Amino acid sequence: MIRVVLPPNLRTLAHVGDEVKLEVAEPITQRSALDALEARFPMLRGTIRDHATKKRRAYVRFFACAEDLSHESPDAPLPDAVVCGAEPFVILGALAGG
Amino acid sequence: MSRVRVLVGTRKGAFVLTSDGKRTSWGVSGPHFAGWEIFHLKGSPADPNRIYASQSSSWFGQVIQRSNDGGETWETVGNEFAYDGDAGTHQWYDGTPHPWEFARVWHLEPSRTDPDSVYAGVEDAALFHSRDGGHTWQELNGLRGHGSGPHWQPGAGGMCLHTILVDPQDPARIFTAISSAGAFRSDDAGKTWRPINRGLVSEQIPDPTAEVGHCVHRIAQHPSRPNVLFMQKHWDVMRSDDAGDTWHEVSGDLPSDFGFPIDVHAHEPDTIYVVPIKSDSEHYVPEGKLRVYRSRSGGNEWEALTNGLPQKDCYVNILRDAMAVDSLDPCGVYFGTSGGQVYVSADAGDHWSAIVRDLPPVLSVEVQTLP
Repeated sequence: MIRVVLPPNLRTLAHVGDEVKLEVAEPITQRSALDALEARFPMLRGTIRDHATKKRRAYVRFFACAEDLSHESPDAPLPDAVVCGAEPFVILGALAGG
Repeated sequence: MSRVRVLVGTRKGAFVLTSDGKRTSWGVSGPHFAGWEIFHLKGSPADPNRIYASQSSSWFGQVIQRSNDGGETWETVGNEFAYDGDAGTHQWYDGTPHPWEFARVWHLEPSRTDPDSVYAGVEDAALFHSRDGGHTWQELNGLRGHGSGPHWQPGAGGMCLHTILVDPQDPARIFTAISSAGAFRSDDAGKTWRPINRGLVSEQIPDPTAEVGHCVHRIAQHPSRPNVLFMQKHWDVMRSDDAGDTWHEVSGDLPSDFGFPIDVHAHEPDTIYVVPIKSDSEHYVPEGKLRVYRSRSGGNEWEALTNGLPQKDCYVNILRDAMAVDSLDPCGVYFGTSGGQVYVSADAGDHWSAIVRDLPPVLSVEVQTLP
């Protein structure tokens, strides 16, 4: 069971609180975690990554364990602390605006 | 007694304003989809409880919402807008080829007869159609593919298809408008298209009378007379009496012929409304006065409508999709501003009052007249 933190705009879209728990088959990677998230919350399809290419949207970031994982390979294993549920996988909107 | 439901899209959510036929006392619901840009909401003429909404975000992309109960509750439907085949390129601001990239839905146009049929006008400019209530979307690729597409260029707001008019007497005839490519017409339900810009003159493009490249801001049509079209262009208010084959200017005595919205009175096909804006570099009303202009002669002769509108220190803009009319008698006219006000006139423009004053900047206003 992994923990995923969504940004506020996506919480309201998915009708969830600030954190969701997901069963994800191993190996647990960005791709498998996002596949599981979108399977459970289909309304999130296209909002985090492109429908067709599955690339991360430009202004979306992935953090975990105080590290920016946004530019990691989507097939790289997530940190052990995320895999065991000790730390959340954080999806957030990049800082922007004024 | 009849009722009205006003659907307001703003930079930070949607609002639903309701009143009885007097249009003096209003209920306000919202924000719906708080924090998201709501470019447009529109109800189905065939089932007024069916409403479609375009919800978008620079961070999280496009979402389409649908209500089956008049805006009380909403469900997400399909948000995959894939260009048909090889998307190709259009011109970028610097004149170089740029790949067609979907950004957002500007306008949703439900069918007059089928609640599950709805058109979507998108940026980068293309026309999509859903026949299953918004679950899936297919591009009508004859518009981008008719030949001039590689020469289209975005305006400052993006290369958006913002106007969709389906002829009420011939559903196979569809008009669209694109900033800044111009107006287009299909006579075969969207399979093939041709530009309809003859008579437009735009000094902002290298050839002012080019077949495409004009920054059309809005086209309006009265359902009883579908071959008569009224256009607010970047500069110039235009009229066509032959379904867009030719256009002539009807700006007449307006204080400025720059503007965004244009609309037609529900019961008087020659009564039209615009809101002059000072210039393309000063997107606010002239002289600090918010004035709607009405022509009762189909253009050229205009009167300022000011009763109830601020006449000093006002510097708001009114965007292209932010004006609408109801079908009550007398006709109600509505518009929303960049300052967050939504105004109503329950007497065809003679008197105005604010329904709400402090919403986020208004992107779109639509009205449903309900039994």
